[in-house]
Amino acid sequence: MKRVRGLQCRECGREYPADPIHVCEYCFGPLEVAYDYDAIARLVSRASIAAGPRTLWRYRHLLPIEAEQVVDTHAGFTPLIRAENLGRALGLRNLYVKNDTVNPTFSFKDRPVAMAATKAREFGFDTLACASTGNLAGAVAAAAAKACMRACIFIPADLEPSKIVGASIYGPTVVAVEGTYDDVNRLCSEIADQYAWAFANINMRPYYSEGSKTLAFEVAEQLGWRVPDRVVVPVASGSMFTKIWRGFNELAKVGLVDQARVRMTVAQAEGCAPIVEAFRRHTLSVEPVKPHTIAKSLAIGNPADGYYSLRIVKESGGQAEAATDAEVVEGMRLLARTEGIFAETAGGVTVAVLQKLVEAGKVDRDELVVAYITGNGLKTPEAVAGHLERPLTIPPSFKRFEEQIAAVGLKRQTGAPAATSVA
Amino acid sequence: MGRQRVKFTFPPDLVNQPVVYLMGKQFGVVTNIRRANVTRDRGWMILEITGPSDEIEKAIAWARGQGVRVDPIEGDVVAG
Repeated sequence: MKRVRGLQCRECGREYPADPIHVCEYCFGPLEVAYDYDAIARLVSRASIAAGPRTLWRYRHLLPIEAEQVVDTHAGFTPLIRAENLGRALGLRNLYVKNDTVNPTFSFKDRPVAMAATKAREFGFDTLACASTGNLAGAVAAAAAKACMRACIFIPADLEPSKIVGASIYGPTVVAVEGTYDDVNRLCSEIADQYAWAFANINMRPYYSEGSKTLAFEVAEQLGWRVPDRVVVPVASGSMFTKIWRGFNELAKVGLVDQARVRMTVAQAEGCAPIVEAFRRHTLSVEPVKPHTIAKSLAIGNPADGYYSLRIVKESGGQAEAATDAEVVEGMRLLARTEGIFAETAGGVTVAVLQKLVEAGKVDRDELVVAYITGNGLKTPEAVAGHLERPLTIPPSFKRFEEQIAAVGLKRQTGAPAATSVA
Repeated sequence: MGRQRVKFTFPPDLVNQPVVYLMGKQFGVVTNIRRANVTRDRGWMILEITGPSDEIEKAIAWARGQGVRVDPIEGDVVAG
């Protein structure tokens, strides 16, 4: 029996075959993969998953993949860490960090791109494409290299050279588009309409976005097959947020967990917080904004899944909160100084928003909370570079070393008693 | 003939204006609204615009000049 029924419009419910399409021809609503969960339930068990590879492909029966051969960059199955030090600093007794900074191209984007690349090859495309200002570009270029496909990456022409290196190293064609951010958006949407290329987050989007469900699957498995009380997720388009929710719910549907009660919490940067602003206005109607924040990987002013994210927040009894750029930097520093994890700005957003919610009494201190840390700090070192202490500079003299150390003392670690256990 | 599928977002001062009608009247394009949500003070519309490509471009530029925000129906496709 087939696991994948096809695609279904999220707005009007019309069904389509599982083709490289992403929009309902009738109402222009987004298409999503529809599964036969009875068929999946017969195929998977906790034991069959445990016997699978230590990558996201251990969950392949819950993913929209038909082919035997997948594009395997060894993405996923990243550590879930019991964050005792950070928990102590924030006042939480049951805090975990999902450390997705250690993926092959150092962000969670390797997960959805693994789906997009595998599906693109299944459909017979020879070119993988995307429009990106960073994480997605690197993930697409790397997956295309592994899949022996051509890659075409569209970037805004004014993107910092360091960000271009992170994609160019894998050998794609990089097209720098002269224009505003909105111009690049419109152009890429038009190109995707005209060219027979697999655009990761356009015509491959229904499959691409499914990869983010593995962030929920892994957390549940790593907690011993239970769903956390709350997750805090950095949100840009809302795609990952809605898929984490879907992931937990699918686990319940196929009987791998008892229930999927989890308070879904949106974390955005104050300089680009269209979803948080709608939440504050008590509406599901998201108004586009012009992004202005150091959290560039979250700078989506017109989030495609904004409405759906807000519905999930409401349905799950979650929250939505935003952090200022200064709070984001503090969040990055706190995570690094307590757990030894250097996250990109989006990680600072997650930690800062969690801190705000705890301080406001909106998170119970005994809740089992999972904070998603989705990208590596070496991608955005400039965000914190000016906020760190300078080194002590001394001549190569033992006497001067002792004088200097006696004068300033060794710094204490923020997190107090160490001894951390891994779940 | 060309075709563009776009999302129009109207600011409060344009909500009660016949922008889509005027666009169709002034340019050689056909507008087909597929989904919309318009309230007293704000609104959005997902529509298909068909016609000669240069007319579509002129029509969209005009709408933008009126103060309408025009986006791809996919939302922002440039990801971080």
